[in-house]
Amino acid sequence: MFCDHHTNILKTKRFFLSLVLLASLPGFSLAKEAAPASADPVLEERVMKLSKELRCLVCQNETLADSRADLAEDLRNQIREQMKAGKSDKEIIAYLTARYGKFILYNPPIDPTTYLLWFGPFVLLLGGLVVLFRYVKQRRELIVEQPLSADDRLRAEALLKTVPDKETA
Amino acid sequence: MKYVIPLALFVVLVVFLAIGLGRDPHVVPSALIDKPAPDFALPELRDPTKIVSPKDMRGKVWLLNVWGSWCVACREEHPFLIEIARSGAVPIYGLSWKDKREDALAVLGELGDPYVLNLSDFDGRVAIDYGITGAPETYLIDKNGVIRYKEPGQLTPEIMKDKILPLVAELNR
Repeated sequence: MFCDHHTNILKTKRFFLSLVLLASLPGFSLAKEAAPASADPVLEERVMKLSKELRCLVCQNETLADSRADLAEDLRNQIREQMKAGKSDKEIIAYLTARYGKFILYNPPIDPTTYLLWFGPFVLLLGGLVVLFRYVKQRRELIVEQPLSADDRLRAEALLKTVPDKETA
Repeated sequence: MKYVIPLALFVVLVVFLAIGLGRDPHVVPSALIDKPAPDFALPELRDPTKIVSPKDMRGKVWLLNVWGSWCVACREEHPFLIEIARSGAVPIYGLSWKDKREDALAVLGELGDPYVLNLSDFDGRVAIDYGITGAPETYLIDKNGVIRYKEPGQLTPEIMKDKILPLVAELNR
């Protein structure tokens, strides 16, 4: 195992060395290897930006931008084509929600079906505050102050005097 | 009395969880129910020179079954589709999704062919138009070309008996 690993490192080193040598050759650029999927970087950025707002329908906790599922790729291609055809982001989202429903939107829109989702936590918070206030008020009423008797006062003074100076300082 | 409120909250929580966890998260409600079936013009699988459109099925109540030779669940569903086809209850048209022609034909040769005909959607474009999330999926389309029902998964005898056949009878009336 160790040997394999070692030779692998050697191989990797050699590989990088040859890459560096290659790159130093005139007219050779490493950057060319990482060409974007489409020739148009502006379009590609728009596709990625929009697919980050959409849900992959196969692996539902992923955005369309992150997913490697086949269907996600098809959907990204569809988005790319519609953008090329001059459609706006809004039009593309309308096209997709007409087919896949609002479920495809990664950020849930605020509408009657999602009121509970958006406002539920605030309702809970408010309820909690009401319960808390009532509880505190109730407790306050239960506490009855009792004046210190003369005997207790003397006892307290005696106790306080026994405390060493160091600690009171 | 002290325990009534926590108990009530607990019951509410249990009810919510029971409903929520009992649901299959992969069942996405279709946005296309009661909408016209999206148009397409696709080559037929056996005879690619023949172009088929949903308009050709006007006047019929039909099932559109999305499948692929690569899809295991479709293979499981296949014998039941053959049973439906034999019963003659409702014609099944196939959408051969993201497949290769020879692979799809091989499956039909091996397992039998329940389809009236198959549409070749090899690049998956029409599938997106139909809001398909996976295979198998089945649509019930009425005489006017309106989608009436979608089953996002395998057809089973129960679904057929309880949901699809009553709808077919109603739509054929």
